[in-house]
This record gives sequence, C-alpha cells and structure tokens, in this order.
Amino acid sequence: MSQNIVITTVAGAIRAGTPLLFASIGELLAERSGVLNLGVEGMMLIGAFTGFAVSYNTGNLWLAVVVAMVVAALLAALHAFMSVTLRANQVVSGLALVFLGSGLSGFWGQRYVGTQAPGFSNLSIPLLGKIPIIGEVLFDRDPLVYVGYILVPLVWWFLYKTRAGMNLRAVGEAPSAADARGINVSLTRYIYTIVGGAFAGLGGAYLSLAYTPMWVENMSAGRGWIAIVLVIFAIWDPLLAMVGAYLFGGISVLQFGLQVAQIPIPANIMKMFPYLFTIIVMLFTSGEKMKKRFGAPSALGIPYSREEKT
Amino acid sequence: MSDIVLKLSGIVKSFPGVLANDHVDFTLKRGEVHALLGENGAGKTTLMNITYGIYKPDEGEIYVNDKRVEITSPHRAMEYGIGMIQQHFSLVPSFSVAENIALGLKESKILPKIDLVRKKVKTLAERFGLDVNPDSRIWQLSAGEQQRVEILKLLYMSAQIMILDEPTAILTPQEAANLFKTIKEMVKYGASVIFISHKLKEVLEISDRITVMRHGKVIDTLQKEEANERILAKKMVGREVVLKISKKPPKPREIELEVKDLWARGDKGPYAVRGVSLDVKSGEILGIAGVAGNGQRELAESIYGLRKYTGEVKIGGEMMHSLGVVSRMKSGVAYIPQDRKGVALCGGLPLYYNLFLKKPFRIPEFYLNPYLFNSSRLKKPSEQLVDEYLISASSLNLEVKYLSGGTMQKVVLARELSLNPKLIIAVHPTRGLDVGATEFVYKTLLKARDNGAAILLIAGDLEEIFTLSDRVAVLYEGEIVGYSKPDESHLEEIGLMMAGVRRVKK
Repeated sequence: MSQNIVITTVAGAIRAGTPLLFASIGELLAERSGVLNLGVEGMMLIGAFTGFAVSYNTGNLWLAVVVAMVVAALLAALHAFMSVTLRANQVVSGLALVFLGSGLSGFWGQRYVGTQAPGFSNLSIPLLGKIPIIGEVLFDRDPLVYVGYILVPLVWWFLYKTRAGMNLRAVGEAPSAADARGINVSLTRYIYTIVGGAFAGLGGAYLSLAYTPMWVENMSAGRGWIAIVLVIFAIWDPLLAMVGAYLFGGISVLQFGLQVAQIPIPANIMKMFPYLFTIIVMLFTSGEKMKKRFGAPSALGIPYSREEKT
Repeated sequence: MSDIVLKLSGIVKSFPGVLANDHVDFTLKRGEVHALLGENGAGKTTLMNITYGIYKPDEGEIYVNDKRVEITSPHRAMEYGIGMIQQHFSLVPSFSVAENIALGLKESKILPKIDLVRKKVKTLAERFGLDVNPDSRIWQLSAGEQQRVEILKLLYMSAQIMILDEPTAILTPQEAANLFKTIKEMVKYGASVIFISHKLKEVLEISDRITVMRHGKVIDTLQKEEANERILAKKMVGREVVLKISKKPPKPREIELEVKDLWARGDKGPYAVRGVSLDVKSGEILGIAGVAGNGQRELAESIYGLRKYTGEVKIGGEMMHSLGVVSRMKSGVAYIPQDRKGVALCGGLPLYYNLFLKKPFRIPEFYLNPYLFNSSRLKKPSEQLVDEYLISASSLNLEVKYLSGGTMQKVVLARELSLNPKLIIAVHPTRGLDVGATEFVYKTLLKARDNGAAILLIAGDLEEIFTLSDRVAVLYEGEIVGYSKPDESHLEEIGLMMAGVRRVKK
C-alpha cells in the first residue's frame, strides 16, 4: 500500500516536473547568454495551445511538438529583437510576452475548450522498463519524459565541454572579452534566446499533449514563473535544474499522495505548496550578494555595446 | 619591408561635447617601445581604442605594415596582429587561465583543445618570465596575475603590436619592474609595444620614443635621449609645473581617529578588512598605501559608517556605531569617496544643491525653517564657496554631471572642507584629475592639515602618498602589514609590503 503511494508520487513528480524541466533548461540557456526572458509563461501557453491545435487537426503528435516549439521560438525571437537589437528593458519586454502569449492562446483557443485530441501515451522501454519499481517509475513513461532524461546531460556537456558552450558562457559573463575574441555577442544572444523559447514551447506542449491532453485557458498555471525561479535555484546549472524540476513536480503532486494516505490537509492549501516553495526559494537566493557568490552570469539583463564602457 | 609597423594618420574622434582626438598622427617602428604620454582625458586611450577596433574614428586612416586597413572590431585588430591590454581586463572570471586563452581560437573545432593550449601557455610563460598557473580560475588571481594572463593571451596569438594601457597602475613596484623585463623580452622576440602612461619616470625608463598628447592633440614626439622629466611635464601640462609641493613639518596633537580591530565584509561576502587597528592624530596625514582591491574602500566606508563592521571606531574620543553616518557628520568628519560621481555628488542636481547636500541644518540660512529648502537663500553662500574653491562653472544652476572631473572634485572639497572638519577621510582624491586640479587638491588637503584636521588618505599612487603623508601604513589583503616613512628611500620596503612579502608590525 505505502509502496504504491511512493511509486505514484515519484512517478507523478517526474511527470509534473518534466514541463518545468524543459522550460527552465530553456531559460537557463537564454540567461547564460545574458538575456533575461521573463516571458516563459507566455511562451509555454502559446506552445501548449499550438501543440494541442495541431494534434487536434492532424493527429500527428510529433508534428504538434515541433510546431509548438517553433511558435514559442518566434515569440522569443521578438524578445531577442527587443532586448538585443533595440536594447530595450528586458523585464518589460519579457512581461509583454507573458500577456501576448496568454492573450493569443486564450483567444484562439476558445473553440478548442472541451475538445479531445490525441496525446502521448506511456511507452515502456524494453529491459529497463522491466526492472521492478525503478522501471515502473522511470522507464514506463511517455516519450517526452525520456527526451528530458537525455536533454539534461546533453545540455550540461554542451555548456561545459564544447567550444560553443564556452562561447555562450563567456558572452553571458564577460561580453566585451568574448567580443574581443571574435565571438558575435548579438548573434549568440539571439540564438540562445530563441532556443530557450523553443524549450519553453516544448514544456507547454507537454502540458497539453501528455500531462493533461486537453486545452484549458491559462493551463500552465504559473509554471513559467516557477521555471524562472528554478534557474536561480539551480545556480544556472542544468543538472541542478533537473533536480529542482522534479522536486517542484513532487511538491505539486504531493497532495494526491497525502490524500491517499488520509493526512487531513485541505486540498486548496496543498495546491499552494509549489508557489509557497517558490517564495521560499526566492527568499533564500535573491539579493545581489547571493547571486554573485553563486555565479549568476554577470552580464545578465545588461545590453551590450562595444563602445559603451561600464 | 619598411620599419614602420603601424601608422595612424589624421585620426579624429569626437564624443558628445568633447573632441577626444583632433587630427592625430602617430607611428610605431618595428621593435620599439613607444610611450604615449598625457594626462587623464588627453585622448591616449581613445586613440588606442580606435587602433584596437573598439571605437570607430570619425576621420583618419590606419596603416599596418604600409597597408591601409579598416579595423572594425578588436577581433579584426588581432588579425592584423594588434593586441591591447585594456585597463579593465577582458577576461572571463569563472574560466581558467587556459580556457580564457582558448576562448575563440579557431584551431579548435567542436571541443576546445585545452590541453594543447595549456602546454603552449606553459612554454610561453617560462620563456617570458610570466609566472601563472594555467589551471587557476581568473577570479582567484590578483590583478597583477590577471595582467600576466592578458600578456600571455597576446603572446599566444603572436601579436606584433602590443598596446598596454596604464599597465603599472595596478602593480607593486616590484611587479612593475618584472613587467618591464617582460616588455624588453617581448621586444627582443620581435614585437613593438605602445605603452600608455601618465607617469614620467616609468616612461623614461621603458621607452625608446615618447609621444606627448594634450587635449586630444599630439604635442610632440621625442627620442628618449632628448627627454627628461621637466621637458615632458611641461609638454604634458602645457606650462611649467612645480612637481614638488612644499610641506611644512607636521604638528601632530591629540588622537582624533582611533580604530581597533576593525573587521568588515566586502561586497562579495568574505572579509575585506581583517582586524585593522590604527590611529590618526590632529594635524597629521596618515597615508594608506596598497594595491587596489586590498580593502581600502571597505576600510574607508566602515570608518565613515557606510559599511557594517565589528570592532571599535572612536572619533574625537567618542565611540561610533557601525552604520551611523549622521553621528560622524555631527562629529565633524569629512568624506571624499573614490567614486565622486556616484557617491559624493548627485549628477542631476544643480551645483548649489550639491554644495549643501550635507549640511542643511547647520547654516544660518536654515535657522528660520530647517525643513523647507529655500533656494534663493543658498545662492549667496554658494557663490562664496565657488570663489573660494575656484570652481569654474557657468552657473550655480548647472547640473553637476556636466562639470569636468577636476571641477567636480572641487565641489566635493568645497562641501566637505568648508565645515572645518576635524577628520577627513580621502579616498583616491586625485584619481582622474589633471595636474592643475591635483595640485589644488594637495594644497587644500595640506592646508586643512595645518589647520589641525586629522587626515586619513587612501591612495593607490605612491607618489601621492609620498607627497602628502606624514606616516605611511601599508594595507595588504585587509590587514595593515606595516608602517613606513613617506619618502623614496623606503620605496622598496613599501613595495614588498604591498606585495604581502614582508610584514613589519609596529
């Protein structure tokens, strides 16, 4: 009995954590290049909506995922244009993206409310899926969860071991040094802001195609904001972002486990847990001193211009 | 092949309100060390930033090895063999030395060839006497070590033309001597060096030719043999300069400032001031020497009550509390911070506001109503201060940000010193000022001393310490490692203490 609770909770944590994982990895890449994109929530929503709409109309799930990523990437490109080329305030531009994403998805999504579309189903991995308990928890999930497993070590390797990853970190930390070494600062920032948007779109698509295969207005329910906090929580490290994403996922599914175990905490209070936890994380990690100590990209949020010295 | 490796011709560059370079011509010969001498703001760095591709010139041509080139970025400059070490290093703090050098190298494809770089760096480091561990992270290195990394970067790219912008500003005298050895070694190896400086002595020591700039123009180019300090100073400033400020012997009286076991954290968290004890008497100047970043700013801020500390600070015999600026003001403490734009003045407020920022409750003009700001009443005392401190501004209503650095500092001095302070904390009081303004600051501070003020002077420039101080303390990694006498004969001793090699406790 209690073993079952643990299995469902951990499995649920991974499912609930996967959209957070994609979105925070995306934000992490953008922030590593020095661009703060607060529009994650908007990009997730637009991803969730387009993913669902494509799946509904074509029945092709992978096409749906790709379209969701492309559309969210387009929104991110807008942010990149505002913050890199026009050197606008990144906070304002990011917030604009949130409202744009939620507004557009809400408007276009009206006719899809209450409809059904094909979604991802679980796919047991041969051999690994047969391992008792672990196999059931980790390797009998939907394919996008596996994408998450592979993505994180890949991004980690890219960031710390490859030349392109080195360039990316240099751009976020010392853009003038990167510039002097022939690295195109603006281009780098464009690329990773856009790639970051695509991952946010993937996280959104996960919500409407795998987590709860339907379309509901504002269905991301603040997950985009949690993803931004996760990046700070993870000290801009992809492996820690994975830990954080599953941890947050676990907190959000905890209520089901607690209900089954008949621990009397009102459901509405338990629904607040992820947000409460977000506030707690912010309490302990914000503040300039903490950020400096833990290695935030020093040029985060600051537009770069060669002629202007700071 | 001609022996002129770099030629700048008719370079013009203007910034809003300033003509930074006014038709400048400059040539660099193969294998020479060519000094670019001038005061702050003379346009030396601007000229070299143009050569290095950071600024685009408004007019003018650049020739490398007699070929006309367009240098559109530092990267492009590097392709022409031009490398520059700027005053703010371009290094990535979280990267290792080897990674910094490998950054952007075309020879590596997907994975950076750190091992290869490390090996080459070791060879270069040995050959040129540049002692750096290739695996250290940049943020762990001292400023001097970071400079060596920058030099290694240029050597690694086999730069033919190396521009060093005020390289000795952050070095101890011994480190500077080592740098000069390295420069000579680099010249032997075929490089040509442009050495930007405003220090006459080192220019005479290291260079083959000297070009003097003033107000954006080249004044003259001299062979080292035809130059001496007096000639250079005159060309640099445009008039005869009295290099020595005459100073009366000090008449120290009672202890005004007493600091005991002061500990304060720096902005990044760890302690920047580690158990400093010192005292300054009325009528004397205690100079604090040290390489920048050894806790000077934090020490000054703690004493003035801007930074949290543990330990004791007594001013005029009275115990002060951590973080109590107002009590310092009431005890008559003047503060001349290093950041005059950001800390001392409000750039967007008019001149006469700035003159009274600190004392609205203590002048007769405010006795009637201390809570309302009556601007017309402030004008008259402001005019007096402007006259007394020779502040050159077109109007009292002018926003302070439009003033020159020297005039800004005069505004700060006028505000702080017109209250006849008992204690003056001065941090880099002449940084970025021209000779005229520097002289004014020196004279004003010495006058305050002779009138009985206790002065704590923090400066990076040893020359300044020697000119003003009556005693010298050396700060190294947040500790006072020893005291010395303020004259040239103790230069080596002070240098060793600045490097943390030697400790002479009182």
